[in-house]
Amino acid sequence: MIETIRIGLVVVAVVLGLFFTFVSATGVIRLPDVFSRAHTASQADTLGAGFALAAVALTLGWEPATVKTVLLLVFIFVTNPTAAHAIARAAYEEGIEPWTTGDERR
Amino acid sequence: MTFVTTVIFAGFTVADLLLVAAALFVSLAVMMLYRAILGPTNQDRVLAVNVLGTNTVVILALLGAALGEPWFLDIALVYALLNFLMSIAISKFTVERGGVI
Repeated sequence: MIETIRIGLVVVAVVLGLFFTFVSATGVIRLPDVFSRAHTASQADTLGAGFALAAVALTLGWEPATVKTVLLLVFIFVTNPTAAHAIARAAYEEGIEPWTTGDERR
Repeated sequence: MTFVTTVIFAGFTVADLLLVAAALFVSLAVMMLYRAILGPTNQDRVLAVNVLGTNTVVILALLGAALGEPWFLDIALVYALLNFLMSIAISKFTVERGGVI
């Protein structure tokens, strides 16, 4: 019984992680400028990686390796938005104009 | 019998699920190369490589769990650290008087 719940949680976490990473990949390829791409890379990708690492932690169970997985999850949740923020701010300070409605795609 | 070899349905185990997910993550990471090569600005390229690195960390963790090799997680931790350092360093040193954080 408890094993069935665990398998169900692993399947749900893997599928959600794949979905959010797919959303992030689509956004990075399709969105019009660097600032909107930084937005999708920081949010959707962080959530997708978090779900996939949660699935890994559920699969491993009570082991020392699970501690590393949870550390990795917390680290990615902190650093991924920070990196995207730094990249977007570097782009702004280089003088790249944000995209507005009616501009052509870049 | 460990949890990884538990059958979900019709001989399809949890390890198979994680391996299929890792393969799909690889294809999503390869899609990032489009932006890394064609990106009009340098920041686009750094952003694409950053997303690709996050995907690589996830792929390493999934493979480590599926193949029963927990030391893959150590490599994933180091890769995540280097990926973060790469983005911060490039965005700091490509800007004049760079105060990006």
